[in-house]
Amino acid sequence: MLELGIKEIREQILAKKITSEQITAAYIEEIKKSKLNAVIEIFADALDRAKEMDKKIAAGFTGKLAGVPIIIKDNILVKGKKASAGSKMLENYVAEYTSTVAQKMLDAGAVLFARANMDEFAMGSGTETSYYGKTFNPFDSTRSPGGSSGGSASSVGGNLCAGAIGTDTGGSIRQPASYCGAVGMKPTYGRVSRYGVIAFASSLDQVGPITKTVEDNAILLEVLSGEDANDETCDKVLVPDYTEFLNKDIRGMKVGVVRSVEKMLSGLDSEPYYNQMKEFLKNNGAEIVPIEIENMELALPVYYIIAPAEAASNLARYDGVKYSYRSKEATNLEEIYKKSRSEGFGKEVKRRIMLGNYVLSSGYFDAYYNKARALQAKLRDDMLAAFNSCDVILMPTTKGEAFKIGEKANPIDAYKEDMFTVGANITGVPAISVPFAMGKNNLPVGMQFIAPHYEEGRLYRVADFVEKHKEGK
Amino acid sequence: MEYDVVIGLEVHAELKTNTKCFCSCKNESGVEPNTNCCPVCVGLPGALPVLNKKAVEQTIRAGLALGFDINRMAVFERKNYFYPDLAKAYQISQLVKPICVRGYLQVGNKKLPINRIHLEEDAGKLVHSNDGSTLVDYNRGGVPLIELVTEALEEPHIESADEAIAFLEKLRQVYIYAGVADCIIEKGQMRADVNVSLKPKGSKTYGTKVEMKNIMGFKAVHRAIEYEIARQKDILDDGGVIEQETRKWDDDKGISFTLRTKENSEDYRYFPDPDLLAVNISDKEIDEIRKTMPPLPQELKAKYMGEYGLSEYDADVLLQFKNVSDYFNACVEQYNQPKTVCNWITTEIMARIKTETGAGPILISKENLVWLMKNVDDKKINRLNAKDVLSAVWGTEKSAENEAKARNLIIDIDTNALDEIVNKVISNNAGVIAQFKAEQDPKILNFLVGQVMKETRGKANAGDVMAKIKELTK
Repeated sequence: MLELGIKEIREQILAKKITSEQITAAYIEEIKKSKLNAVIEIFADALDRAKEMDKKIAAGFTGKLAGVPIIIKDNILVKGKKASAGSKMLENYVAEYTSTVAQKMLDAGAVLFARANMDEFAMGSGTETSYYGKTFNPFDSTRSPGGSSGGSASSVGGNLCAGAIGTDTGGSIRQPASYCGAVGMKPTYGRVSRYGVIAFASSLDQVGPITKTVEDNAILLEVLSGEDANDETCDKVLVPDYTEFLNKDIRGMKVGVVRSVEKMLSGLDSEPYYNQMKEFLKNNGAEIVPIEIENMELALPVYYIIAPAEAASNLARYDGVKYSYRSKEATNLEEIYKKSRSEGFGKEVKRRIMLGNYVLSSGYFDAYYNKARALQAKLRDDMLAAFNSCDVILMPTTKGEAFKIGEKANPIDAYKEDMFTVGANITGVPAISVPFAMGKNNLPVGMQFIAPHYEEGRLYRVADFVEKHKEGK
Repeated sequence: MEYDVVIGLEVHAELKTNTKCFCSCKNESGVEPNTNCCPVCVGLPGALPVLNKKAVEQTIRAGLALGFDINRMAVFERKNYFYPDLAKAYQISQLVKPICVRGYLQVGNKKLPINRIHLEEDAGKLVHSNDGSTLVDYNRGGVPLIELVTEALEEPHIESADEAIAFLEKLRQVYIYAGVADCIIEKGQMRADVNVSLKPKGSKTYGTKVEMKNIMGFKAVHRAIEYEIARQKDILDDGGVIEQETRKWDDDKGISFTLRTKENSEDYRYFPDPDLLAVNISDKEIDEIRKTMPPLPQELKAKYMGEYGLSEYDADVLLQFKNVSDYFNACVEQYNQPKTVCNWITTEIMARIKTETGAGPILISKENLVWLMKNVDDKKINRLNAKDVLSAVWGTEKSAENEAKARNLIIDIDTNALDEIVNKVISNNAGVIAQFKAEQDPKILNFLVGQVMKETRGKANAGDVMAKIKELTK
């Protein structure tokens, strides 16, 4: 029963084969037994919410997530519940209001029953920077689940929930999904509201689903998507029924492969699987179109300028004055700021705050921030131009299988984890990671597809086909 | 040595809008602390700003009133600094692309250039308690604020404290007339920072500029400028060098002191706010605002002096307060005798509403005042009686007409009755009449008129009575 996904659980509940309470309780039991440390907190009222949903369902409610137990990342606000973004800074922060995404899921009948571990303020690629300890990979407990949505992905891969919500600023949904054998979608920037989601880098952050199947992913994204009066950057673009893109073939689909990306990929563990994917697509009637997006390798440095700059500003509000952690040692205002922030933030967060303030400071602003923004604009133009000759672009999600815990202690090594994923964030386009193969260590390897803005449907079409027809299926 | 003084002003004014700049909390003052607050304006995690279009409209209106060019694309930026009243630790403001660029304000015979007006959010307020603790009230946090910056590096300049005050008074008047801000100084709705530099008389090179902050009220601005001019003069006369710095004005002590020097000046690390879209402003939008722009003081002044023939002094008195000129306009609309209306307002009305800091409300309806003016002009009530009626109806719901009737003040005596009374007075004062006939003393005539008026209980017209007496005593 625990292996079931969103669609099947909902169907079974609606068919009265199980209750929301039963399945929620089963997951809670599993989390309690689990050694993955994927979950920071099981909400105290989880079963009450499930019972309430059972009642509503008995009365005829059939919402798209009716009774389905979903885990949310620790940076998504639900009124009255703690949200700490994996940080000591917000250890005791109780949300005063509900995020738009949580509200949409609640309206669709979801049981948001636990919050998942994450890298502190989503800064990390291994869920190793969390104040609440490291999370482990469900396929190998010596390995990382990836990050920053490692708790969410590990929960899905470890069958601790029906599906989960993550956020993706530079790859934080797709990379852990790839490592944990899950489907992870980073929607178009502007597809999903960011209201009530603890910000990391506002111009890049997007909420998205991490699920067991592509179909589940499509169902969940449809619930999450749509305009929001509380978020100016969330667009008024019609939300399609994403499930309509499923169960189609990929005949005639033009799949772009980027030369510079293939150069970056050369010699990496994921290279053979990438090549297998190209073969697979070709064999099933897709057309492989070699394309070039110049300077694609610069997406990573661009990202590591823009994201820390925005983060430095976004995290300044955690000053110990209002609701965030305040040092017991502080005796005056200056100390409240300095000691609270020194004690409340972890090392990686401090590193990025310093990096961000550095690139924004006078004298360096043009050399770093403005140059990065100019490059970002060019990458975006080039990305859009690339879609003139193809429908989707294929890339690996990661360099290979999940890395060993502690292996990426050098920050630059950790930052390179994002080399294939940041491009979609920098250019705002949607991207999906879909499980494709088991690597040499018998760990999952995902492949990534990228589409033009608001063409998530294309990604579901190709990912669904891959999921259903790949080797071993 | 003689110096040229160059003064620059940065003027903040709170915009008149129903709601705050980036959330739907009410924009109002004088309520319980932290009641007009929401996740956005107290900077809770995950909260996002959403631009209040009305605030942009008001900023454009302010710009148009001052002859500004309006940028067709404006951008909001974050100004990052730590302070407890700044909930997000950054202020949403504008640096590179403000809404209004290049305007001017005519003050006396100077057309003073203005660099920009940009829109930003106000910070909250610190409240220091008696026990030494400090509380924060975020009600003001997020209130839309426009910042105007004068162009001090171009001729003509503001050259004295008096001129700076004249600029501020004029600016305040424009904002109030354009309906963009109430500018109540006591409530801090209009605040000015000042910078001053001195250069040797006639020199083309500007001196080092010193900024002064924390100046509350125009009187303090005047004092702070005079102080700073004197301070810099002393230094320069002694052969010293002016340090570029920001000073804080202490109005109680009447001195300023160094707040920060150039070396430790704040780096605000401005960058475009990624939570907000660039603001596109269309020609159509600007035209709409232009069309609905209320008449501005300079336009009204031209009309009062040209069309209505009022003196410049009277026009200025009427325009000093918007409620007064609004009232004047409304009265003239009902009674097209601008000079009469002006006389009544500048004397009777002003005497009743003028306070030390401004003007209170006008507590007589335009209908009542128009009735009184008209009936005095038509000789239906005499002027003194009319003023008594004005006093009686001021601040009440009473009608002037009913009040005049109740007091029996309407001049309705007919010619025959008046002749009778005049004859009676003449026959009762034979001795006086003889004296008048002999001396033609106007005092005697006035006495006789007074006697008649007394008999008629003021209901006759004094001019008519006088003519009648003269006729009968020829």
